[in-house]
Amino acid sequence: MIISLLSYSGKQEALLLLLDVGPSMHSVLPETEKVCSMLVQKKLMYNKYDEVGIVLFGTKETDNDLTKEVGGYQHVVVLRNIKVVDGDLVEVLQELPRGTNDGDFLDAIIIGMDLLIKKYGETNKGKKRLCLITNALCPVKDPYEGTKEDQVTTIAKQMTVHGMKMESIVVRCLTGDSKNRTVQFHFMGLFETRNISPVTIFKGDLEISSKLRIKVRVYKKTSEEKLPTLKKYSDKAPPSDITATHEVKVDYEYKSIEDHGKVVPPDQRIKGYRYGPQIVPISSAEWDAVKFKPEKGVKLLGFTDSSNILRHYYMKDVNIFLAEPGNTRAIAAVSSLARAMKEMNKVAIVRCVWRQGQSNVVVGVLTPNVSEKDNIPDSFYFNVLPFAEDVREFQFPSFSNFPASWQPNEQQQEAADNLVKMLDLTLPGKGEALQPDFTPNPVLQRFYHHLELKSKHPDSAVPPLDETLKKITEPDVELLGKNKSVIDSFRRCFELKENPKIKKSRRLLREKMSGSIDRESNADISAQPLPFERVASLNRNQSCSMISSSHLCKFCQEKNLNGFCQYLVSKDLTLISKIEAIDSEVTDDEARSFLVKSETKVE
Amino acid sequence: MDLDPDDIFRDDEDDPDSEVFQERDSSKEFVVYLIDASPKMFSVTCPAGDQKDETHFHIALDCVSQSLKTQVINRSYDEVAICFFNTREKKNLQDLNGVFVFNVAEREYLDRPTARLIKEFDMIEESFAKNIGSQYGIISGTRENSLYNALWVAQALLRKGSAKTIDKRILLFTNEDDPFGSIKGATKLDMTRTTLQRAKDAEDLGISIELLPLSRPDEEFNVSLFYADLIGLEGEDLAQFIPSAGNKLEDMKDQLRKRMFTKRIVKRITFAIVGGLSIELNTYALIRPTLPGVITWLDSVTNRPLKTERTFICADTGALVQESSKRFHPYKNKNITFSMEELAEIKRVSKGHLRLLGFKPLSCLKDYHNLKPSTFVYPTDEEVIGSTCIFIALHRSMLQLKRFAVAFYGSSSRPQLVALIAQDEIIRSGGQIEPPGMHLIYLPYSDDIRHVEENFLEPNFSTTQATDDQIKKAAAVIKRIDLKDFSVCQFANPTLQRHYSVLQALALEEDEIPEIKDETVPDEEGMARPGVVRALEEFKNSVYGENYNEESDLAGDGKSTDTSRKRKTISENAAKESSNYDWGELADSGKLKDLTVMELKYYLTAHNLPVSGKKEALISRILTHMGK
Repeated sequence: MIISLLSYSGKQEALLLLLDVGPSMHSVLPETEKVCSMLVQKKLMYNKYDEVGIVLFGTKETDNDLTKEVGGYQHVVVLRNIKVVDGDLVEVLQELPRGTNDGDFLDAIIIGMDLLIKKYGETNKGKKRLCLITNALCPVKDPYEGTKEDQVTTIAKQMTVHGMKMESIVVRCLTGDSKNRTVQFHFMGLFETRNISPVTIFKGDLEISSKLRIKVRVYKKTSEEKLPTLKKYSDKAPPSDITATHEVKVDYEYKSIEDHGKVVPPDQRIKGYRYGPQIVPISSAEWDAVKFKPEKGVKLLGFTDSSNILRHYYMKDVNIFLAEPGNTRAIAAVSSLARAMKEMNKVAIVRCVWRQGQSNVVVGVLTPNVSEKDNIPDSFYFNVLPFAEDVREFQFPSFSNFPASWQPNEQQQEAADNLVKMLDLTLPGKGEALQPDFTPNPVLQRFYHHLELKSKHPDSAVPPLDETLKKITEPDVELLGKNKSVIDSFRRCFELKENPKIKKSRRLLREKMSGSIDRESNADISAQPLPFERVASLNRNQSCSMISSSHLCKFCQEKNLNGFCQYLVSKDLTLISKIEAIDSEVTDDEARSFLVKSETKVE
Repeated sequence: MDLDPDDIFRDDEDDPDSEVFQERDSSKEFVVYLIDASPKMFSVTCPAGDQKDETHFHIALDCVSQSLKTQVINRSYDEVAICFFNTREKKNLQDLNGVFVFNVAEREYLDRPTARLIKEFDMIEESFAKNIGSQYGIISGTRENSLYNALWVAQALLRKGSAKTIDKRILLFTNEDDPFGSIKGATKLDMTRTTLQRAKDAEDLGISIELLPLSRPDEEFNVSLFYADLIGLEGEDLAQFIPSAGNKLEDMKDQLRKRMFTKRIVKRITFAIVGGLSIELNTYALIRPTLPGVITWLDSVTNRPLKTERTFICADTGALVQESSKRFHPYKNKNITFSMEELAEIKRVSKGHLRLLGFKPLSCLKDYHNLKPSTFVYPTDEEVIGSTCIFIALHRSMLQLKRFAVAFYGSSSRPQLVALIAQDEIIRSGGQIEPPGMHLIYLPYSDDIRHVEENFLEPNFSTTQATDDQIKKAAAVIKRIDLKDFSVCQFANPTLQRHYSVLQALALEEDEIPEIKDETVPDEEGMARPGVVRALEEFKNSVYGENYNEESDLAGDGKSTDTSRKRKTISENAAKESSNYDWGELADSGKLKDLTVMELKYYLTAHNLPVSGKKEALISRILTHMGK
């Protein structure tokens, strides 16, 4: 009872995992298991009242309500109906059954929606999410009534009505060889594994001048996700005490240095601020009276060439400036400035005091973020810039002043050019590797993995870093293998030797050098990559647009499913081009050809 | 509870900033400013454009004063001494002629800078002629040698502390490139020799002597006449030495100021490139936020600092415990414990410092790929010969091909992906604006990136994008409000400036706190220029329409009206409910306590009183309001 009450309070998310377990998916099911159990683990930590259900498709068996009610919907199993997350769920997800039949993802989507509708009706809007993982290799069957496009239209409409979101991962294998395969990427970066509500930093006017204001909201765009804060553990309670909290309380006492052990009560303490060797005592009230008190507000100082702001001056995590939602005038104002700035290569310098009573001023730079998608408004990224006090202007010798022996010769320069050119992380056909947006934090992954192990066996050792995560911390053996000649010639061109005057580093250096040679030469170069595409999240909450993957579309074309594609086009949808997908064979031009309206190219 | 924030953060073993800030106290520096006060320093001026010309002496004082003010904010543990030579009066422990050590009360000659030192040094020029006086101290026939004396005094001042842990420097400001020019023959040779020997002795003691020459555009400071030998410049170093020959006063000050810094290395790292080639790099923190100093708790009676003691108490037994080496987290209704070693092992995901993973075009680095200040890297051949050559080759290729390197940085606090961006050297008006090297940008993981914009999809997409006309009008505004020579660090932080001006005034027991100028406010005057106003007006009409009135703009979602309407309904309802009770009677008979909190709140809401607090608080609030 309590739980169901909570789930309607608006904070809790209902998530339905739609997992393709058909034969063609078997090779990637270990990855599916990892991403899904991680998702549930994070919920157990941060959102433990969230509800999750699992629908499998491509199974041998059939077990779902709709098949009983109306028939059809073969090979779709509701493995677990929607309920509050628990430890069992993690285990269920870690041992997904292997299916024997081809799965129909449209069937699975319909079953998923049916479960959500039966459970919530039209309540819990915007907190209902479907996550689909499939390779979309198996043909979609013809519906009983109407055409496939009708079916897709109906699905999209229903999603809108019920306020459901959908995210999909479409897996694609480049080779048919299922042995000897290492997975190039975790799915991990692809899913939003933890739902964090947007943190509002500021709500108010962006003052272009005293006479022109634009209503904006400022949110965090990046923020470091740290390991969860662990509590200090006390083992003092007897093992028999099952109600023991094992917590440790920390007490602070302020003692006089001269008078040993004499505790000074809070009302006899005063804050002292350092000024060189002096400490100046000031009470909080006095300090409040004299300290710098700027007015809340965000004011434009002016525009400048983007080349005036070098990238390394960005100081902190990044904010995003959005026009007030629903305010069409503000949206147009932000959009016109952003587009003009982008055209002219300009950035805006702004002075910000986010809150009333805040004692510091922030000067930062707004850079245009021109939206690639029609239903996402243009916005600005905001980065903090340094003040004069924050910069240390050290001088370093010009490279041209170094002795000739330190200057690379022509041959060396050519070897370096080749290395920089060939050791390329954005190879055609493979998309951009290690894109921050899709690269999970290996430390967090490993922590959650260890946490789960410990929940079963408290003495479990720290697990080794997952092979797929090593793709983040170590060079890609395939890339190295492909460029062996470039690397060899680079190595031949340059000579490193330890400075004979310094002994201590000699041993260290040799160790380092031999170590890395071994690792690379022993590596299995035959490993094949397995890229994935991210199908951007579909937000059914406010609009009924759908963004799909190039592959899904191509697949539809090949299978003569023009209806699906046309539906996408008619809804003014974008294909995911290389810019945002890890792997997409669709070039920018092709992607745009699907659009009614052309977009500006990013590069 | 008030806690010392410093103490709390120190306890956090996961603090990712610890590495960023630790360099601050890693090394201490002792500096003696040796300022030439000869008549030539007063006679030679530097043209300052539209302002009055300034003497070299004034420029030197200005630089030292600026440096002291920066130091008290950034590096207040460093110690300084200020010493003039070629003076009429003398003041030094050795009682040598022509050398005057400037100091203030309650301070050793070589000591940390105090508020008083900064203040009195700022006013020194007014009384300089009277109290110290300028007089060239190398006179033929007397064998007096003020430069020799100055070096001796400076060296003696720097005797304290070990050169192993402390950076000892003498910074010498002069515009005389040939100090023994007026002396002839054997005497000159002899004086030159003894002075050089004195300098060499100092360097043997681990003291570095740095020259900050001032010269006029038409008469360059010739370092090879004498000073090259004094500061030990040879061959290539001599060629590299750029005499500070800025044409403009501001440039000259700028260059002197930059030279006064010592470069502090955060740490030396190994950069594994490919095929077992690993080069050595030094990392520098060129950009870090400067924060107001830490708070120290004092006894308000004695104004003496207090000691903070932390005790750990077991919440179950109340027993005092040692700082625990175990941490735990509830998970699946169990407490999962981790040892500190396990947590450290979890973070150890990479061997070595920095490993190259590949290269990408610069356009792949987005504006939101940022988390914290960048770190500068510069090659060193000190341990591995050949490092610099490889670095320069890659640096050139990356600049030419417009690519950045992606590498994994295995730091112990937060191992993460980094972008290495090659930065070409930028020299403007004779000074280095950007040093050559690479900047290490810390990249976010997908876990750190939020997709906020996707939460606010617009249902009506035709309206999200501006029209061509609106963009044209916006472009006109951008052209009008252009900050041409904007440089990133041109503003002083008004909060810090205010903070330290308050502290300085209080430390000196002055009544008035000097006003500081907030340089970050918009240029109202510039914004009021007719051209700007017109462009803004046109842009406004284009996006907001002709008859737009901001005050009545509830174009939003009307939420504000919704909430106010809701509030009104609640208070009306409360007033109605409230009228059902005889409050006076209830209060007199002491029956208020028999009512529910909900009922009590009817009264409070109806009378516009706060509804927070416990039942007793509500009752007493009602009684107070009724005057009972």
